[in-house]
Amino acid sequence: MTQRTSARDSVRELSTAVTGGIGESPRRPDGTLKVRGEFAYSSDLWHEDMLWGATLRSPHPHARILSIDLTEALRTPGVYAVLTHEDVPGENIYGLEHPDQPVLAVDRVRYQGESVALVAADHPETARRAVARIKVEYAELPPVTDMVAAAKGEGPPLHPDGNVVRHLKIRRGDPEATADVMVVGEYEIGMQDQAFLGPESGLAVPAEDGGVDLYVATQWLHVDQKQVANALGLPLEKVRLTLAGVGGAFGGREDLSMQVHACMLALHTGKPVKMVYNREESFFGHVHRHPAKLYYEHGATKDGRLVYVRAKIYLDGGAYTSSTPAVVANAATLGVGPYRVDNVAVDCWGVYTNNPPCGAMRGFGAVQAAFGYESQMDKLAERLGMDPVEIRVHNAIAEGDTMPTGQVIDSPAPVAELMRRLRRLPMPPENREEPVDIRDMPGGVSNTTHGEGVVRGVGYAVGIKNICFSEGFDDYSTARLRVQTVGGEPAALVHTAAAEVGQGLVTVKQQVVRSELGIERVTVAPMDTTVGNGGSTSASRQTYVTGGAVRKVCQTVRQRIFELAARKLGHGPDGLELAGGKVVDASGVVLADLVDVLGDDVVEETEVYRHRPTYRVDSETGQGNAHVQYGFAAHRAIVDVDTELGLVKVVQLDCVQDVGKAMNPQAVVGQIHGGSAQGLGLAVMEEIQVVDGKVRNPSFTDYLIPTILDMPPMTVDVLELADPHAPYGLRGVGEPPTISSTPAIVAAIRAATGNALPRVPVRPEHITGT
Amino acid sequence: MMDFLQPTSWSEALRIKSERPGAVPVAGGTDVMVELNFDHRRPEALLDLNRVAELAEWSEEDGRVRLGAGVPYARVITELGDELPGLAMASRTVGSPQIRNRGTVGGNLGAASPAGDSHPALLAADAVVEVASVRGTRMIPAAEFYTGVKRNALEPDELIAAIHLDVARGPQQFAKVGTRNAMVIAVCAFGLALHPEQQRVGTGIGSAAPTPRRASAAEEFLSGELTAAGLWSAPRPLTDSVRRRFGELVAQAASPIDDVRGSAAYRRHALAVLARRTLGWVWQDYCGGSWPACA
Ligand SMILES: Cc1cc2nc3c(=O)[nH]c(=O)nc-3n(C[C@H](O)[C@H](O)[C@H](O)COP(=O)(O)OP(=O)(O)OC[C@H]3O[C@@H](n4cnc5c(N)ncnc54)[C@H](O)[C@@H]3O)c2cc1C
Repeated sequence: MTQRTSARDSVRELSTAVTGGIGESPRRPDGTLKVRGEFAYSSDLWHEDMLWGATLRSPHPHARILSIDLTEALRTPGVYAVLTHEDVPGENIYGLEHPDQPVLAVDRVRYQGESVALVAADHPETARRAVARIKVEYAELPPVTDMVAAAKGEGPPLHPDGNVVRHLKIRRGDPEATADVMVVGEYEIGMQDQAFLGPESGLAVPAEDGGVDLYVATQWLHVDQKQVANALGLPLEKVRLTLAGVGGAFGGREDLSMQVHACMLALHTGKPVKMVYNREESFFGHVHRHPAKLYYEHGATKDGRLVYVRAKIYLDGGAYTSSTPAVVANAATLGVGPYRVDNVAVDCWGVYTNNPPCGAMRGFGAVQAAFGYESQMDKLAERLGMDPVEIRVHNAIAEGDTMPTGQVIDSPAPVAELMRRLRRLPMPPENREEPVDIRDMPGGVSNTTHGEGVVRGVGYAVGIKNICFSEGFDDYSTARLRVQTVGGEPAALVHTAAAEVGQGLVTVKQQVVRSELGIERVTVAPMDTTVGNGGSTSASRQTYVTGGAVRKVCQTVRQRIFELAARKLGHGPDGLELAGGKVVDASGVVLADLVDVLGDDVVEETEVYRHRPTYRVDSETGQGNAHVQYGFAAHRAIVDVDTELGLVKVVQLDCVQDVGKAMNPQAVVGQIHGGSAQGLGLAVMEEIQVVDGKVRNPSFTDYLIPTILDMPPMTVDVLELADPHAPYGLRGVGEPPTISSTPAIVAAIRAATGNALPRVPVRPEHITGT
Repeated sequence: MMDFLQPTSWSEALRIKSERPGAVPVAGGTDVMVELNFDHRRPEALLDLNRVAELAEWSEEDGRVRLGAGVPYARVITELGDELPGLAMASRTVGSPQIRNRGTVGGNLGAASPAGDSHPALLAADAVVEVASVRGTRMIPAAEFYTGVKRNALEPDELIAAIHLDVARGPQQFAKVGTRNAMVIAVCAFGLALHPEQQRVGTGIGSAAPTPRRASAAEEFLSGELTAAGLWSAPRPLTDSVRRRFGELVAQAASPIDDVRGSAAYRRHALAVLARRTLGWVWQDYCGGSWPACA
């Protein structure tokens, strides 16, 4: 790891007297349990006397519901309840930003898999059989499936305001600008799935006060709480959520799945109700990554300087709004990539169709745009006879530059440096020795080549992502901290509602407390709604925002401890420090043990942290300071392609990323590995295949994600250029590596094959032309 | 409710199967359990064969291997790599280590999926399937065993006892195309075996027709070319035109469809490539001269 700190590094001197603080990689509190298979995931929840819920879903992408007959289902022995939209106690509607999705369909279904009715029974199999006995009469309607046509207003409207969810324009400079050379391209991105391993699941327990306690795997407890309470017609305080073990999320748990359903069944039957989707149902139970069509035109001078970029970007949001407006904002505002361009005209549409609903997924909007603009940069380089790294360095954005939105980048943006470092990394050896190890060949153990037809290619890409919530969203997190003496030692209990979904926020919270307060023993309280909103575990924001909240509450608690110390020691509260469980003065002289200062006192404080404000962009020009922070990562991919069979082996995938401050270096590298793997999946295999609104491959048999033989070794180079506006100078880490991985791999395949490859995932047929 | 029957001997297993032909046999369970999970099948009873010890054994006699239907892939790979190289190579491509520890060749035959990986290797090696019932034993050549998509020649009271194959007397190869480098269902697959003593070539095509099948015209063409040119006893490098023609004939023998895993056109194309390449490998091996029939 490269350790570099800029002169403006605002990190305060951190206590070094405790181990497991910031900058170290202590063990995760949940690590051992997970490795041993003993960690309780939400699907492991169990309650005495509980019932099992199951969902009836629409088989049609678009239809009217003519009638629903529950008779046979209700007659099934073991069934406790069969519910429809008529049984939704509150408002039959939910949605993240724009509630428009019914909890249970009323008279129309807009996508295959839409929830229509619910069953609770004493056994999951009984519940499933009862679901199969519900008779629904549908009148099928022609599905709207073409995103470009939907953007143009063609086809029947699926919602009252038509099928355009959002149309955002970015206008900067001269819209008519011309240039020496011009390249155009059309690109397409298939529908990727988060493919988290823990399916949607939770347990709803009815409470004596008429409310409900819900244990669930989610990304954002408070936004769930609000929507569930609204649908149940209950005040917020009667809907209490606790985070259950989350088996991966990647955006797919930001929208509701079984939350309201389980609560409805629990309140109706007066019994605890558990719901667990199976793998197939999971493919219908959460939103996916927006498929996209992108049309780009890049103009540049003869020496390779960008003059203008014009683009039209279409994003298929499927049947309901979900996060589509934010996805549009990202794709549009980041649509030219991390490059300096004076003349920009980007139009981006997010639309409704009868395809599966799409919403949040790691890097949303930025992933789709990057495949377009990075493919264009390579095309331009080829046209000009330039090196792909050179053209990127040449046009790289830097601190102080202005984005197409007019926003000035006011923290390090080392795009050129990322590219230069990538280029300097050593190349792997060619696998040409006899006998070859087939595991290193395209096709792997399937034994398709011993070197025949194999051509190597190298590709580069860089990406940009906004970190934290943008466009004026009131983005904050809450942290509660209690410090007291436990068993003769100072101990801290840190409590937030910010969801741990596997990324390691639990560890980071401990690290912050240890470094700030010099207290080694830090316990993480279960995440629930008895503490204030922690915001979503998305947009690479939790270490920034919840980390910021934990730091802030530490500062308050520290102040309280100093006041205690002042009273007990007769030393003014100023100039005190906490280190290694001691209270010390400015010169480091130990004044007292923290335990003695605390005595029997319990210091507990709660703080809310907000990042600096952002603003909605102008809808006609896209101008405005929409984003808090930008994150950058770049990849180099080396691939071997079997050009006759169209099979690809990514031989090496290297990444350079600036993280501002590596709070937990091991977790940082883990995020980069994982994000890169997810980008690899999109490049060469991951796609939900949808035909006429219907999913053709809802299983891990045919929705393929990379295995260890697909994911190559990585060299990861981490830069730490502090962002003066962020806690500890840190920069969100989780999404940027997903963005540049895909275009780098496709660039490498293009280099090996000479094929245009305008679509991801690249399939063998695209390479062989058959 | 579903009965779970656990015979401890082969004769008991056969008796149960004749009394309850609706009972579904379970070997490794890697197909059966998936079907039950998906509720694709709701049998009245499961017939667990895991306690029938002799099913999990193999033996060799007079140059012929009798492979018990319940021997898992992992053991085919580690114990029979020299005797049955084609089947061992195919076994290596099946699923993941967990699946190879449980899954069996007998189960692959029982499921009779056109995408089953053992089939092309069994066809190329002229395997014969030994099936049994209380009525007696039948020996069914692999090529006659597959009768339709996921259908086979078993009668309701029959069980698969073993698979019989010659110890390889010539080189064998197996290759499969999948869109992932491991743990993938075949888009198409090809098995090839040289039978120098019979001056014959064996082939098997997977995932490119309603059933696994041989490429008979390709076999005849190549056997004819090799014999006519005297190459069996005096091997020389093959001409490109022979290899290409062989690939074309293999591709023509397929009747693939378009599906989520690949297009029909790609399957044909890829089969031709696999056929050419595997022929290159077996022939290079044969020219290496370590096979008894080589002069
Ligand atoms: C994750 C995963 C990956 C897989 N990957 C592959 C792959 O790459 N290639 C591939 O070919 N397959 C694959 N399969 C399918 C499966 O593993 C194979 O078909 C395997 O050979 C089945 O063997 P088994 O012993 O588990 O069969 P079982 O599931 O026990 O049985 C399969 C069928 O055969 C019948 N049967 C079993 N034994 C007998 C017998 N003695 N007599 C009569 N009928 C019998 C059963 O009733 C059933 O119909 C995969 C499966 C999974 C779950």
